[in-house]
Amino acid sequence: MTDTSSIPGVFPTARPDGCPFDPATEYVDFRATDKLDKVSCPSGIDAYLLSGYDEVRTLLNDSRLSSRGAVSNHVIMDRDVTTDAAPGSIIHLDGQDHTRLRRLLTPEFTVKRMRALREYVADQIESHIDAMLAKGGPVDLVQEFALPIPSLVICELLGVPYEDREQFQSHSSILVSTDASPEQTMASSEAVQNYIAGMVMAKMQQPGEDLLSRLIQRGNEGEQPLSVPELITLGLSLLIAGHETTANMIGLSTLALLRNPEQLAVLREDASLAESAVEEMLRYLSIVQWGLLRYATEDIEYGEETIKAGDWLVAALASGNRDETVFPDAASIDVRRNPTAHLAFGFGAHQCIGQQLARVELQEVFSRLYRRIPTLRLAVPFEEIKFKDNALAYGVRTLPVTWEV
Amino acid sequence: MRITLDEETCIGAGQCVLAAPDVFDQRDEDGIAVLLDETPGEDQRAAVEDAAIRCPALAIQIEG
Repeated sequence: MTDTSSIPGVFPTARPDGCPFDPATEYVDFRATDKLDKVSCPSGIDAYLLSGYDEVRTLLNDSRLSSRGAVSNHVIMDRDVTTDAAPGSIIHLDGQDHTRLRRLLTPEFTVKRMRALREYVADQIESHIDAMLAKGGPVDLVQEFALPIPSLVICELLGVPYEDREQFQSHSSILVSTDASPEQTMASSEAVQNYIAGMVMAKMQQPGEDLLSRLIQRGNEGEQPLSVPELITLGLSLLIAGHETTANMIGLSTLALLRNPEQLAVLREDASLAESAVEEMLRYLSIVQWGLLRYATEDIEYGEETIKAGDWLVAALASGNRDETVFPDAASIDVRRNPTAHLAFGFGAHQCIGQQLARVELQEVFSRLYRRIPTLRLAVPFEEIKFKDNALAYGVRTLPVTWEV
Repeated sequence: MRITLDEETCIGAGQCVLAAPDVFDQRDEDGIAVLLDETPGEDQRAAVEDAAIRCPALAIQIEG
């Protein structure tokens, strides 16, 4: 008898034609079966595909799974997924090594601390809307709004001095751009790394009232102070994670809402729906589009399956967030749904540390942008919008928009 | 309803504070969740259950 469970399918990557907000249709079939499916991935490994909401939650919270292949190394062609984590690489580390870094960072991202940033965030949003209105449409919402807002907020958080923010922002914007040449990306990467290294050294000498200074201080109070390479990696990770993801959510959410005008109207007319709408767009869009790669460090019994030590697993966040058994009519946007237990920030010990910051930024955008520019519309046909099909964090490359004057 | 919170497991994601701000807070010094009320009234049940479901570390238990 042939054991079909040993014959792998293929990790689904293509979105359905004409449906750029939907994950691959194959996930519907993967979710329909109770057993864990194995798929072959572009990196060359086979992995169990966790497609249902419960599978994703249960296994991402299992400490026997390692994050050494994080975030999505399974989709990078011929990638050696087993390389050791660099010092300070919080997304790759497990167990105590991860907990040590996480606990040093956690107080910087509490609900209270992030809410204290709300006024700064709102001011930046308002002034960028003013600038767009003064300039007149059409404008690229990604360049003029979606990218600069999170970039400025990260600068504020990390303690980048005002006079350096423009330069810092232009380098980070190249760093996360999918259109920049490899040379540009390399140059900007080096510039940002050097800048952060310089900041780390400066804050070690002369601490200020900022995240990096407090992080250094908190590390020094512990048993194992943070090393310079750890601090640089952490600074870079925060910059990249906090910048591109939020920018993509702003651009992609705006496009999805423009395509669902009745939902946009509901949100525009009732600003108190911003919180619910943010959770719904996080769920609906699940921009960490390839999910999270994990590695079994020991045998794990799951249902009737034994996941063996050494097996790989992919937690398909986008699929779990479209699980009809948890989110009825999951393929539709409902800004009133408030699906608070969605998986867009992951689950388990590695769940996004910046999620409360992302929420504040997105809530302020949702409650301001569409009210300040009520006639906002696409300036090009929808079919011409280019998506980040190959990026770990999905989004739009540009979003030309205009409005009635 | 009695709530227990495992501070060792907590990762300080802040989900419980969003879900049930009258019952949970985060310590300023380490971001770890703390219980403001171990035995909240029934009016808090829905909020506390939401907190328990959302907690990424499954650190919240509800008895009764």
